Amino acid sequence: MSVQDVKFYQTGTFTVGNRLLLETERAVQANMRRTNSLNSGHRACQGCGEALGARYAIDAAMYATGNRVMAANATGCLEVFSTPYPETSWQIPWIHSLFGNAAAVASGMAAAMRVKGRKDVRVIAQGGDGGTTDIGFGCLSGMFERNDDVLYICYDNEAYMNTGVQRSSATPPAARTATTMAVGKHPGNVFGTGKNVPLIAMAHHIPFVATASVANLHDLEDKVTRAMAIEGARYIHIHVPCPLGWGSAPADTIKVARMAVESGLFPVFEAEYGEITARQTIRRRVPVEEYLKLQRRFAHLFGKTPDLVTIAHIQATADRNIRVFGLAP
Amino acid sequence: MFQVRIHGRGGQGVVSAAEMLSVAAFEEGRHAQAFPSFGSERMGAPVMAFCRIDSREIRLREPVMQPNALIIQDPTLLHQVDVFSGLAPTGYILINSTRGFEELGIAEFTRKFPANHLCVVPASDLALKHVGRPLPNAALLGAFAAITGQVSFEAIANAIRQKFSGKVGEGNVAAARAAYDMANKKEAALA
Amino acid sequence: MLKQIEGSQAIAQAIALCRPEVICAYPITPQTHIVEGLGEMVKDGSLENCEFINVESEFAALSVAIGSSAAGARSYTATASQGILYMAEAVYNAAGLGLPIVMTIGNRAIGAPINIWNDHSDSMALRDAGWIQLYAETNQEAADLHIQAFRLAEELSCPVMVCVDGFILTHAYERIDIPTQKQVDDYLPPFVPVQILDVDDPVSMGAMVGPEAFMEVRYLQHHKQQRALALIPALAKEFRERFGRDSGGLLRTYHCEDAETIIVALGSVNGTIKEAVDEMRAAGKRVGSLSICSFRPFPLDEVRDALRRARRVVVLEKSLAVGIGGMLSEGVRNALSGISLKGHTVIAGLGGRAITQKALVDLLDSAARGELAHLNFLDLRWDVVKREINREQAVRRTGPLAENILRDLGTVADRIG
Repeated sequence: MSVQDVKFYQTGTFTVGNRLLLETERAVQANMRRTNSLNSGHRACQGCGEALGARYAIDAAMYATGNRVMAANATGCLEVFSTPYPETSWQIPWIHSLFGNAAAVASGMAAAMRVKGRKDVRVIAQGGDGGTTDIGFGCLSGMFERNDDVLYICYDNEAYMNTGVQRSSATPPAARTATTMAVGKHPGNVFGTGKNVPLIAMAHHIPFVATASVANLHDLEDKVTRAMAIEGARYIHIHVPCPLGWGSAPADTIKVARMAVESGLFPVFEAEYGEITARQTIRRRVPVEEYLKLQRRFAHLFGKTPDLVTIAHIQATADRNIRVFGLAP
Repeated sequence: MFQVRIHGRGGQGVVSAAEMLSVAAFEEGRHAQAFPSFGSERMGAPVMAFCRIDSREIRLREPVMQPNALIIQDPTLLHQVDVFSGLAPTGYILINSTRGFEELGIAEFTRKFPANHLCVVPASDLALKHVGRPLPNAALLGAFAAITGQVSFEAIANAIRQKFSGKVGEGNVAAARAAYDMANKKEAALA
Repeated sequence: MLKQIEGSQAIAQAIALCRPEVICAYPITPQTHIVEGLGEMVKDGSLENCEFINVESEFAALSVAIGSSAAGARSYTATASQGILYMAEAVYNAAGLGLPIVMTIGNRAIGAPINIWNDHSDSMALRDAGWIQLYAETNQEAADLHIQAFRLAEELSCPVMVCVDGFILTHAYERIDIPTQKQVDDYLPPFVPVQILDVDDPVSMGAMVGPEAFMEVRYLQHHKQQRALALIPALAKEFRERFGRDSGGLLRTYHCEDAETIIVALGSVNGTIKEAVDEMRAAGKRVGSLSICSFRPFPLDEVRDALRRARRVVVLEKSLAVGIGGMLSEGVRNALSGISLKGHTVIAGLGGRAITQKALVDLLDSAARGELAHLNFLDLRWDVVKREINREQAVRRTGPLAENILRDLGTVADRIG
């Protein structure tokens, strides 16, 4: 008699349902005693991927450390929506200093904990893609190369959203932003620019680098949990859709994030000491067109006469990712 | 107040010489202020350092423009830099060279200074012999103690030992002692 | 204990006695010897319980100090010149957050043209950032001011800059009395923060403040500095009682009581000024000097008291506020508001130009003769300036200005002073 493994996937998704898992394997968010470190009442937009990612990441970090987490936050949406004075959504010790120095401020906090012998207290730095890949890049690299005991989390929504959707070095090619307008012969952001900070982080040979997506929150929690068990510099780069900046429906945040992963445009992988040790393979490949179509920032590629050349160019990028990162099943 | 200006090239220990001289004066209970000419740190570039010695607190912060003594660590500077600028008519001139004032081409200029205020010692050779490296600064300080009497040789030796420990320190003290004896002999010959 | 040591080493030893817990180091001439000295003490174990962090920029240096101070550690860094400009954003931020960081400035000019020598352009550029600014007259005072600075910073929860003339003080070997650990421990209690990142009592620091409260937050920074006007002299008095010497305080007068002409300045040039005053007093001329230690807060009342009996005031500034003159003069004029006496600004010593006793005596003599203008430049080579101005009038493409002037001057290696 042939036996088939029971599939735990929820209908229409590849996400494992919490209720079918052992209690020890359930998500932190499924735990009624979670800390809610970024609690409700903040002022993020509907469907904000960053708010979702931050809540899961910090709660997981709190759970992993027995609630001994403090955080430095770069200027940006996350900082502004969570703490208009005198209200704060943060239930952890939290400091915002400047746009470009979150990694350095966190290094200082970690140094203070070290000198005071507080090995139990762990430090997180967090920021958006602008605060990480652009203006905060120097401090980030400094924190990495010193192997300071900091977990840096970048919430990547691919542009400067707080200032009104301007291009960052994480903005994908062809995307319309306020500084890469959808006009002219080659509308949107140009090809051949930008930088891959997870790969750059790996080049520092730090103990742990990972990418994650709000499409797979269980994986995100797992990576944060494992990161908290490691000493030294760690980096997690989380893909977080921004309905406002991307022109996607607030209800589609998870869907859009999942398509970024399944198209190959956002590779999910992890690395230790500069070597890729695991990747999330794509079981059901999605053409990039399906991902792009959900977002008005790519609307100029479609319309009456779709820009097939550009779409093919983007598809080639996705195909290359799948090849380079080994994402085919 | 006794003011000293030391000329040399980057890497010759000009600043260390001023420092050691100030430490020697300090050891003898006097006030001293040593400082560099605040210049570039390139090897080989002309550099200066200054030292003031007084029995009271030194408040003056200007470069030494009217020195009572000049120490010239590198004779090739004699015709490049206006090393004698501001030197008092009764000033001391101490030069690191194997040649005499005549050979150095400055005899006409130095003639107006008291003969026992003029001194040439082969400080680089002495350092090479006693330390193994041609760094003339410590040896010149020995000769400085001999001709000026501003500080004792013992104080110079102590200052050298504070700056350089162990064998290097003792070698530098030996070089300074040799220069001190040479300068004293010349003075005795003049007398 | 009396030692004949370099100013930077004396400062490093004084800071070590203050038991700093986090030190951020980034090299820039002329402050580098200070952090090198501290780094060695941490490395050889003589300075315990201290993290010495080699950062990647001045911006990171102060940012790391912001993080460590917020987490409750006594934090220190040092910089100079371009470095303080590079960290300017964090300089304001540390003050806005009210973090009691102590930072040494090895005062140096700002480029272009690049220049490593001393003047006060760097600390002057950040004078209104909310930091207390103390200027050291001697290396003894530089060392002592750091001990007072930690106490002052922590009592007020306000950052303090100790400004030390680059090279002139930082690189000078002098006789300096280094206090004992016990003396410093008795004077400077352990750091008890007014705010701290603490997992057992979480707070959010650095939140956004809108128009409804921003002015109040800013005013309270000003209020802190007003409190400092009383605290600085009190701490200097206590310092004298415990350490047996005068260091710090708001300002110091020298023969001002019956002086017709008083010269006002910041920092080490006051030593040369005192020699000039002595020389002129010996010749029967009624001159005096006022050395201001606390530039922020600016002691308006005390300056007014010191100057009110004089007939004229000469303010000597090592920084040119391009387009107006000098910022120290602005403070002095503010202090003298309503008092009618002649005031002159003299810009001097820019980029390391030597300020000599002779030049100061000549300056004060010409002030007494009524020959000084409102704004003056000490030992400026007018011939060089005029030649360049003429060139600019004659040709369009004059080329790089600094290069023209250096070419006009010929070789500079042979200049003494």
